[in-house]
Amino acid sequence: MSDLLDSYALVAGETEVSHLRQLARRLEGLKVVHVNSTRVGGGVAEILQKMVPLMKALGIEASWEVVTGPPDFYRCTKGFHNALQGMSTGPSEALLQVYEETNAEEAEKLRPFLEDADFVFIHDPQPAALLQHFPQRKGKWIWRCHIDVSRPYRPVWKYLRRFVSSYDASIFSLPDFAQPLPHPQFLVPPSIDPLSEKNMELPEEEVQSVYSRFDLDPHLPLVLQVSRYDRFKDPLGVIAACRLARELTPLQLVLAGGGATDDPEGEAVLQEVRDAAADDPGIRVLVLPSDAHRTINALQRAADIVMQKSTREGFGLTVSEAMWKGKPVIGGDTGGIKLQVVDHFTGFLVRTPEGAALRIRYLLHRRDKLEAMGRRAREFVGRNFLITRHLREYLSLMLGLLTGDQDRIMVA
Amino acid sequence: MLRHAPMEKKEPQASEQVEPFALRDCSLMSLATGVRVQNLRELREKLLVVDRSAIYHHFWGRLLQPHFVEPEYNNDFASWAWRALHEKALAERLSMVNPARMTDIEDLRQELVEIVEARLDESELVPWARTDQAFHFIRSQVVVLDTGIRVERPEELAEIVPHLSRESIFYHFIDARRRTPGQVDDFSAWLSGYGDTYEELRSRLSSIDPYFATLEDLRAILSGIFREFFQGGKEG
Repeated sequence: MSDLLDSYALVAGETEVSHLRQLARRLEGLKVVHVNSTRVGGGVAEILQKMVPLMKALGIEASWEVVTGPPDFYRCTKGFHNALQGMSTGPSEALLQVYEETNAEEAEKLRPFLEDADFVFIHDPQPAALLQHFPQRKGKWIWRCHIDVSRPYRPVWKYLRRFVSSYDASIFSLPDFAQPLPHPQFLVPPSIDPLSEKNMELPEEEVQSVYSRFDLDPHLPLVLQVSRYDRFKDPLGVIAACRLARELTPLQLVLAGGGATDDPEGEAVLQEVRDAAADDPGIRVLVLPSDAHRTINALQRAADIVMQKSTREGFGLTVSEAMWKGKPVIGGDTGGIKLQVVDHFTGFLVRTPEGAALRIRYLLHRRDKLEAMGRRAREFVGRNFLITRHLREYLSLMLGLLTGDQDRIMVA
Repeated sequence: MLRHAPMEKKEPQASEQVEPFALRDCSLMSLATGVRVQNLRELREKLLVVDRSAIYHHFWGRLLQPHFVEPEYNNDFASWAWRALHEKALAERLSMVNPARMTDIEDLRQELVEIVEARLDESELVPWARTDQAFHFIRSQVVVLDTGIRVERPEELAEIVPHLSRESIFYHFIDARRRTPGQVDDFSAWLSGYGDTYEELRSRLSSIDPYFATLEDLRAILSGIFREFFQGGKEG
């Protein structure tokens, strides 16, 4: 398994991997379980797909469990997600009951894995209510929130806070998301895996093949947004921006997304997007399977500009993915995008379709700037948003929780 | 390429009593304090009560945080005063606070409070930040790792320092200032065990202003000084 670590040393550097080994020495043999609500689709699943094997390679007994439930469970958790990101409506009482019942049932199913674990990472609100069913738990339980909860709909946060406040610690991606809670709140941004199919280097022919596969014009600049069909990702705003920019600068737009199994609203948003694109030959709306990682990789590499025009965003892994491929990103001035897109240096932050259109036109006319921003973007991600940094921070906080809340922790 | 005047080397004194230099590395964890401020008056109130490690973090922890541009101001308070409050004069005053001169974090806290109070006294209105530009107090937790490497003789530093990680530079050159007597970096503290043999070298180290440098810059500057002193400036 150390081959896995060696392969990361080639990308992230020997020093980073050496840090991981030193930190993990004190955690060897400990049982660590991650719990979320989907194995495929969405950033959390992508991170866990590599985080768990890397922890194992470091001698930690890591595993990944998934909670599942009936359709009403996902309707409820999607309602949580929307409300935590600021939508002023929450799930009905009936849906909340399904949520609690599902968590109670899943707790029994997962009891053999979670009861005696040394660390349990509960990702997002879906499994957050598991904790109350483990009064005899042995280890530290950490709630990892991947959502932009900077301005939550208060009644829903108040409801979830009942479950979350009993955890030993929580993790948020940005300080803006942290909430008053009676335990340590670590700040850990997410990350991308540079060696995954989504981000690895690809042969040039494979990159170029996207033009024929998706009936694109190889002579027109390509603007791309990759994301689930979700209103917070503002796909309609992207279409509007590209239509505005196109009045003066020829281009084509690809919206590429799939669905996560825990997102029941995707179909409705997709239909809105298809209606907006209508039969516009300059816009392609792609629905890709959840394992189309190489296709997304190729599209990102083929693109001239990548957009992530979200109006709320926990982090937005697609931003770092594109930046790692040397692309400047035009992103919404919100949430985790602000951490990745350094305005005017690694891309542009915008608040309106008009702002996005202006930046698209600028970058397509100033290729020198586009390329310089792309180079800086890759460097920035390499230093800050690779999975090795993410893992190092998880290991560090685990050591911190074992040692106690001190300013300085000495690891022998 | 650094160009310093040639430095005078004295013969090393007997050093049997000097312990080898234990090379360490670190990982800095950021924690939210849950304290956020929206205007200058709130900043003053929270500065008075916020955790000591939060004051430290906003001066030094930022060196290990994601950032790209050269910082215009060299601590988070000054940056926020300019970026969010558009208070240039305040930003300038805050940026000239030198934490290395303070023997205690409480002195630093007091200095900040006084500057903010002075600005509040001058202002007719309390400067406010936009809702999404609140100042969030963050504190740090440093996990210190022992690399197992021991530097037996000072001249080895010329070979070793260029290969240190950013975090190692942070620990030995920045974090050291709140651990060592006299608030000096670890290299200087260790070299002082050799009496005045390395006085000139220590003087060079103390002349480095770590404020505007990234950790990579600091590593390059330190490497240049050690190379200059021990190898007469020759690379490798």
